[in-house]
Amino acid sequence: MKYACLVYVEFPKLLALSPAEGQKLTDDSMENDAELTRRGHNIMAQALQEPSTAVTIRVRNGKMSSTDGPFAETKEELAGFCLIEAADLNEAMQLAAGMPMARIGSIEVRPFFQLVHS
Amino acid sequence: MATPEDWPARIAAVYRADRGRILASLVRLLGSFELAEEALHDAFAAAVEQWPARGLPDSPWRWLVSAGRFRTIDRLRRRARLDAARVELVHRLETDALGGDDAMAEPASLEDDSLRLIFTCCHPVLPPDAQAALTLREVCGLTTEEIAAAFLTGAPTVAQRIVRAKARIREAGLPYEVPEAAALPERLESVLRVVYLVFNEGYSAEPEGAAGRRDLAIEAIRLGRLLCDLLPDPEALGLLALMLLQHARRAARTTPAGDLVPLSEQDRGLWDQDQLREGLGLLARAYAGREIGPYWLQAAIAGEHARAKTAAATDWQRIVELYDLLLAADPSPVVELNRAAAIALRDGPAAGLPLLDGLLARGDLADYQLAFAARADLLRQLGRTAEAGRDYRQALALARRPADRRFLERRLGALD
Repeated sequence: MKYACLVYVEFPKLLALSPAEGQKLTDDSMENDAELTRRGHNIMAQALQEPSTAVTIRVRNGKMSSTDGPFAETKEELAGFCLIEAADLNEAMQLAAGMPMARIGSIEVRPFFQLVHS
Repeated sequence: MATPEDWPARIAAVYRADRGRILASLVRLLGSFELAEEALHDAFAAAVEQWPARGLPDSPWRWLVSAGRFRTIDRLRRRARLDAARVELVHRLETDALGGDDAMAEPASLEDDSLRLIFTCCHPVLPPDAQAALTLREVCGLTTEEIAAAFLTGAPTVAQRIVRAKARIREAGLPYEVPEAAALPERLESVLRVVYLVFNEGYSAEPEGAAGRRDLAIEAIRLGRLLCDLLPDPEALGLLALMLLQHARRAARTTPAGDLVPLSEQDRGLWDQDQLREGLGLLARAYAGREIGPYWLQAAIAGEHARAKTAAATDWQRIVELYDLLLAADPSPVVELNRAAAIALRDGPAAGLPLLDGLLARGDLADYQLAFAARADLLRQLGRTAEAGRDYRQALALARRPADRRFLERRLGALD
């Protein structure tokens, strides 16, 4: 089954890391991604730029509007995501627990939803 | 030699047949559920890579246990560079693996691993629902999502139950072992209770809601067989007999539309003769053991029904005697209720009614729809229609499954 692991983090906390600490987190994350790829779990892993770089799009009554930043004001914000293949929810949770970002932020594990065309 | 496209199917067949015992051995060798599950995954990945080129190993499952074990050690060695706490673990696992321990050499010890896994999953320190979830996932290989669907619960709930159970096992430092003789009866009781709980969950599943649900009754029978192979205790045999004798009636128990058919009205030609024969054989085999217990007695009652060619030919005298023994061995209001119903069938409704009245007056079965339905049946047979109607309505108010409700509505409708 396929799951999204959505990585949330408080950006001020992330930006407050020393260069060495930040680089260690990056290295650990990349090694973990490589490990997940080797073991056939990784579909895609991607870090994201900070929320201030985002634009949010909505279409209402046929008109597009866009606003700066993410939709909701929350303390923890989306910092990246992994798409993984796992046998079941428990395996997906275990893989998420092994992600280095889980030590500084939190990871939401969500099963893919299978859309069915009529 | 297999053609290339055969390999995925062959490896999948090995997975289905041997996943349980491979995992069981890996849990022992690696000392942790999490590491063992990762190792299981890695072992099958290795098989996919290597078997097509090298051919099927002599003993695929031994090969897989070994591959899982060594891949895990490699992986931990890589991770140990990041995490000093793992260095010690890697060292210990390497010493075990390279020190020529006889863990892999001894077939008896490998067979015991499956039993160890069952006893650990059903350890009494875990809550009963966690025991069932863990057993279904680790021993039967169901996914968290399948377990959740079978128990009509959300997957996150089941997932957390499993995570907490594993944490409890780790924190309590539960030894991964088959209990010693002195502790065995109590621990086995816990295992049998889980198997029976799983069976009942499958047995009472809505026939019409079955789409996409794994059949828990069949999983429970598979568990029961495994247990009887590894530990042919009389009660384990009795439980397997009970499950087979009940499961044999499955096709006759509901109409194609999903309506319930009571035992007395079932088409006995639809009963599965192979399962009945096997169940009766197990009963005889268990009876040859030293002692009989509650599961054997329940199976013996089911066996009496199996033996009767028609409902009218049922030996109610013998069934009442078995209920007497069951009541002595494992007293409960539900057993009393069934005994009273059997007495009514032996001696007539007027003989059973006072027993049911007394039982209901005690209040133990105030929420149990079958108690009211049983009394309503007796009142109906005695021509006391108004009272029967009241009890059917009471049963209806307590019934939750649509099939039960339809059955009671039909009974109620037939009164007028």
